[in-house]
Amino acid sequence: MSFVQNFPFFSIIIAMFSGIVSSVLDGKKARNLSLVMIAVTTALSAGTLAFCLGTGESYTFMMGHFPAPWGNEIRAGVLEGVTAVFFGVIMFLAVIGGLEHTAEDVEEKKLNLFYIMIDLMLSSLLALVYTNDLFTAYVFVEINTIAGCGLIMIRQKGRSMSAAIRYMIMSQLGSGLFLIGLSILYDVTGHLLMSPAKESVEMLVAEGSYRLPLLVIMAVIGVGLAIKSGLYPFHYWIPDTYGYATPTASAVLSGLVSKGYIFLLIKIFYRVLGYENLVSSQMANVLYVFGIVGMVMGSLHAIHETDTRRMTAYSSVAQIGYIYMGIGLGTSYGMVAAVFHIFTHSATKALLFISAVGLYEVSGDKKDYVSLRGAGYRNPLAGIGFTVGSLSMVGFPMLSGFISKLLFATSALESPHKMLPTLIVLAVSTTLNAVYFLRLVITLYSRRRPEDAPIPETVPRKSWHLRLAILCFIGVNLVLGLASQPIVQAITDGLAMFG
Amino acid sequence: MSRRKDNYETSRWLKFKTWVDGETDPLSSGMDPTEVIPESRMRERRKDLARRKAYDEELTRIAAHHEGKTEIMKARGIRYFQKFYKVMSVILCLGIILVLLWTVSALPVTGNAGNPANNEVAARYIEKGLQETGAVNIVTGMILDYRAFDTFGESCVLFIASCCVLVLLRLDADSKNESIKKMIAESDDRHFEPKDDIILQKCACVLVPVIMIFGIYIVLNGHLSPGGGFSGGAVLGSGLILYLTAYGYRKMSRLFTEKVYRRTTLCALTFYCLAKSYSFFTGANHLESGIPLGTPGAILSSGLILPLNICVGLVVACTMYVFYTLFRKGGM
Repeated sequence: MSFVQNFPFFSIIIAMFSGIVSSVLDGKKARNLSLVMIAVTTALSAGTLAFCLGTGESYTFMMGHFPAPWGNEIRAGVLEGVTAVFFGVIMFLAVIGGLEHTAEDVEEKKLNLFYIMIDLMLSSLLALVYTNDLFTAYVFVEINTIAGCGLIMIRQKGRSMSAAIRYMIMSQLGSGLFLIGLSILYDVTGHLLMSPAKESVEMLVAEGSYRLPLLVIMAVIGVGLAIKSGLYPFHYWIPDTYGYATPTASAVLSGLVSKGYIFLLIKIFYRVLGYENLVSSQMANVLYVFGIVGMVMGSLHAIHETDTRRMTAYSSVAQIGYIYMGIGLGTSYGMVAAVFHIFTHSATKALLFISAVGLYEVSGDKKDYVSLRGAGYRNPLAGIGFTVGSLSMVGFPMLSGFISKLLFATSALESPHKMLPTLIVLAVSTTLNAVYFLRLVITLYSRRRPEDAPIPETVPRKSWHLRLAILCFIGVNLVLGLASQPIVQAITDGLAMFG
Repeated sequence: MSRRKDNYETSRWLKFKTWVDGETDPLSSGMDPTEVIPESRMRERRKDLARRKAYDEELTRIAAHHEGKTEIMKARGIRYFQKFYKVMSVILCLGIILVLLWTVSALPVTGNAGNPANNEVAARYIEKGLQETGAVNIVTGMILDYRAFDTFGESCVLFIASCCVLVLLRLDADSKNESIKKMIAESDDRHFEPKDDIILQKCACVLVPVIMIFGIYIVLNGHLSPGGGFSGGAVLGSGLILYLTAYGYRKMSRLFTEKVYRRTTLCALTFYCLAKSYSFFTGANHLESGIPLGTPGAILSSGLILPLNICVGLVVACTMYVFYTLFRKGGM
């Protein structure tokens, strides 16, 4: 066994360990430790990815002395590697970009607690990506939920408390449904490890026994994780949560946390329940319908909003709708598009939240349209960042959003019954996206009126952290948009390894 | 500049332009209930209300004021919505309950030997558990050896939960912020507690040592008899809480302060993390771990399980105690 194969295990443990150690450090040290840890785990994930690309195979890793159906296990393949690297990069940039605001929003003595949340959040995301065991997945879903709550409520101002409570209730509902699903699954298969559970499920499907429990398992796990990732009818926690948390937390929650759950869902669909069973039981169609409704409704809600952060949050609802639509298409092309859109949306939404911070700074910390007029001139780089993010969400060529829309459209051609609704809704949703995002971009670059309220004089902060983060995010977006071919290829290979 | 049309003020273009400039929100007016409801329906509603004598007077009085009318419409809308909401939520819950009960009826009967859950996994735990983990208590062997990664995750759940409670409830005593100082002054409800309650103290005097010894026993014998870190830690934590209630914070602070809490948790979790990492690493790379399992049944046996149980017990006890002190206000 090659030493590189230990890397996924190392990255999870290092992230958890730095969280534990941070509890006795002061804020600054905890922050530095956290940054170093994220960089190291990302490098380790890159090593794993390189190894898997080299061998062209996935492998399982025993967590302990006991083999598969008895002990815990994690699994690494190309798709896991790509996702882990990507999550690491986004996490690093989100933490860097919001550094000053975190220090401002969080009480000094509680700063280390914030970074404990970040560390454990990353460890749980990595564990959700790498896990090959359903119960491990549940445990880390719990850690993820609690860390998410902590990240929201640590900014003890305004509505962040009620946002945290709302998030906790909805998230716990999702976890509860997920746990019910796992219990029923264990009852009918007798396994918690993914590979043996899949064998049992396949046998049950072939025999035709336990049809109802299997259907309920799919529904309950699907709905549970959909609630946690904010699919349309279950999205009520999203605007408050993303709108009132500290910028790093908003970027992490919108860019990574919901994506971790979707990744877990895809993994469970492929590696436990069987994607073809999902399609034959119509569960895929249900997700598809929720997805396309979300694509339109999320955008309509976003048009209503005058608070730009809440608008960006509602746009997440629409984008999550895209991902579920891709999953619901029922073809492997649709799934590739969905996974690519996971990457697109995390990179773009984190960019929007982080660059919006730069715009609010120069507008007296106001977040409505009128106050932001002309902000693009006052903070040029943040303006460019926000413009790039908006254009990417709308689907401008060269940016990542274009590629994912292209992938969705081409994958829709592969499933004849869903082709027409998919294409129509894609067109409608793109137009709606353009309506609210471009309107904001136009506002950013229009002159201030004499009747506008004067902006309070603030010393413009020369924050190189924020600039670096925005530049890197733009870079990630361009990479996803211009060099999409190898990434799409890696996703396709990784999904093939899942099967 | 070209001449403006006469109806420019009401034209769609002006509306669009003002909206692009962010001055008006075309949909915001749509949110106003007075504008949505067409006049004909309003009339109907008024008639409807007129029939009801109780509302009649109030309505005629309020109808004079446009503002008040909006208010009453809103209030009624909210009332209807709340009723609808209640009914729908009950129906939804009943629906979910029915589906889940129906599923349970389709599941394998409990206790049947042919159930899918009675497979090779459980068989190996029962047959070889003692030999492979050295723990007489198979459950402990399972959670701390076969599936130790999950248990490590669980202790991290406790750790992060206590961090969240600290975020939420700890007030920084050295804070310069005026509002926090005020909150500290207000939140200190220790003055109101009965002090030196003799009955409680005498009872605690007898009970606390017994509880603590029992807790320690449960933790240390986790691999031999029912119990283990989680249950023993809970007993230990309740002993600490009883002592605190009887003797107050000042005596407790000789034994247990926030510093002690942090150090204990740190040491316990660090040891757990390092020990299990070693075990995972050797296991995955097919190396000998070199940890003796000892004779089953002896107190010093079953390899890492005993120290791990102690770690889990410490974490659980500290977490319980910290939750109690923080929820009682005033910090540790």
